[in-house]
Amino acid sequence: MNRIDKMFSILKRRNEAALIPFVTTGDPDLPSTEAICLEMASKGADLIELGLPFSDPLADGPTIQAASQRALRNNITPMDLFEMVARIRRRTDIPLVLMGYFNPVYQYGLERFARDAADAGLDGTIIPDLPLEEAGPWIKAAKATGLANILLVAPNTPEDRLGKIARATSGFLYYVSVTGITGARTTLPDNLAQGLQAAKRHCKKPVAVGFGISRPDQVEMLSRVADGIIVGSAIVRIIEENTVPEGSAPVRALDARTKVGDFVKELKSATLRN
Amino acid sequence: MKGSLSKPDSKGHFGIFGGRYVPETLMPALQELERAYKAARRDVTFKRELGGILKDYVGRPTPLYEAKRLGEALGGIRVFLKREDLTHTGAHKINNTIGQIILARRMGKTRIIAETGAGQHGVATATAASLMGLECEVYMGRKDTVRQAMNVFRMELTGARVIPVDSGTKTLKDAINEAIRDWVTNVANTHYIIGSVVGPHPYPVMVRDFQSVIGREARAQIKRVTGRLPDVIVACVGGGSNAMGIFYPFSRDKGVRLIGVEAAGEGIDTEHHSATLTVGNPGVLHGTMSYLLQDKWGQIKGAHSVAPGLDYPGVGPEHSAFKESGRAEYVAVDDEAALKGFRLLSETEGIIPALESAHAIAYLESLAPNLERGSIVLVNLSGRGDKDVETVAEIFKGRTA
Repeated sequence: MNRIDKMFSILKRRNEAALIPFVTTGDPDLPSTEAICLEMASKGADLIELGLPFSDPLADGPTIQAASQRALRNNITPMDLFEMVARIRRRTDIPLVLMGYFNPVYQYGLERFARDAADAGLDGTIIPDLPLEEAGPWIKAAKATGLANILLVAPNTPEDRLGKIARATSGFLYYVSVTGITGARTTLPDNLAQGLQAAKRHCKKPVAVGFGISRPDQVEMLSRVADGIIVGSAIVRIIEENTVPEGSAPVRALDARTKVGDFVKELKSATLRN
Repeated sequence: MKGSLSKPDSKGHFGIFGGRYVPETLMPALQELERAYKAARRDVTFKRELGGILKDYVGRPTPLYEAKRLGEALGGIRVFLKREDLTHTGAHKINNTIGQIILARRMGKTRIIAETGAGQHGVATATAASLMGLECEVYMGRKDTVRQAMNVFRMELTGARVIPVDSGTKTLKDAINEAIRDWVTNVANTHYIIGSVVGPHPYPVMVRDFQSVIGREARAQIKRVTGRLPDVIVACVGGGSNAMGIFYPFSRDKGVRLIGVEAAGEGIDTEHHSATLTVGNPGVLHGTMSYLLQDKWGQIKGAHSVAPGLDYPGVGPEHSAFKESGRAEYVAVDDEAALKGFRLLSETEGIIPALESAHAIAYLESLAPNLERGSIVLVNLSGRGDKDVETVAEIFKGRTA
């Protein structure tokens, strides 16, 4: 059993939802990302999403856009991400999933990308601009190396389409909480729980919810319905706020690691259902 | 508009190009748009309304004008200009925005968004929205709002709100990102009017069809005047909507050479150009697979041209397919040559072209020596140069000082 499936089955027995934090790789620099990942793993994160920076992140709000820009100033490449994953992998068995736009994957070469990702110790990918209709070649390449390809559904996805996507996804199904872009929101849609329940009816695999979730009370509420809770922008913002820019090049996050760790710990405790 | 949807496959692929590389949230919207567009194309009421507005409001058909002094200056070829510069708002962009605005209203959308680079598409969208009484917001890179201040004012006068974009390179590609983000968020009541033959399916097909009025008219006009089809058609290519509009109705006429002229900016061996098809390679941007300017890791590069409307690091997927199949040729003309073309047409014919269209004119100087005397060349004069006069004056002034 791969690391993602194993994690979800253990949590199911423990009656917990998975806490899935996101960080942009190379923001503010690679050593910081690595340290933050290890810290999050030790503070209760169940799976980590590693953003591969892209110049034109059209599904992302201002917080993650800015993080991508900072990472790109460090010239982060897929190879840097793979090497970092390999280093993290020597220290922990936490499932690691890459989240990135399709063009960098395509330029790297699908087969080569899948092989290098799997060899480094990644467990899956989330490619937000690769919907089911275009995902065939990538799903094939990923499957050949044992990588999961996690597909997304949105609140406006029609039921028949939801069923198709639920069958084609692997690892888990990513339920986008809002029709919108990434970014912390004070309120989540009223009908979110119903949407999630519909997704769960159609999907035999775990369903994780993301976009706009930033507070422990939201995590607690959603943990009653979802199998996993994804928190991105709120974590990226802690990193941003606790990094001291030196000239134009950001320097290593000093307090960010501890603060992110504390935040992850707090969020994780909100995923326990009893 | 016959047979237009038969060209790409059912998912909008032209060979490997095209498709729909978008967040899941937009998939239902694109499917809805495709259905609505297919239905509208068959609907007599839609066609009648579109035709009526194109005639009475836009000023179609636009003239086909033989530029005799220009032809002589080029060594005795016959040059025909398709005068899109004479349309209402001064460029071909309005053909597409009128089509899409009627469609948006049919779909019950109450809010229109658009991106713009030079501001021509923004102006054409704001104009169309004003005509239909729909709310309109236009995303424009902060840098472009400064260098095209007059078009910002034109949009505001016609009731649109211009939203400056500060992300990324602060130019057209980032304005498109921002428009897509808006659409993802407000998809229920909003229609996004893309200004070129780019973006996810069905946009490349739909925009091509709305712009094909240029080529359909030109085909009939040139046959009427000369008794035959042209030998060569030349048009500038940024995203490629004016070029596709004039090429497409001739695409099955094997004897007609189609030449798209890209912007070589400061030179294709520099980092400052927009020659996507000439030196780029395939990749995915803004929802479609096409040629792109990118680095080896797939990060998108900034584009440059003296003509702001050509300043885009991507290109329509059907142009990529035309390049691969050899149906069209793509060349690049640098800023310097484009300025010469700008001057050449102004001096020989008293027509001041848009800097974008000046690239097509400029290429005639390289093309003409290889053509026989009396060859017929059709050029899409996609826009007029009023918007560029200040920029060009500044450049020329800098040289004489």
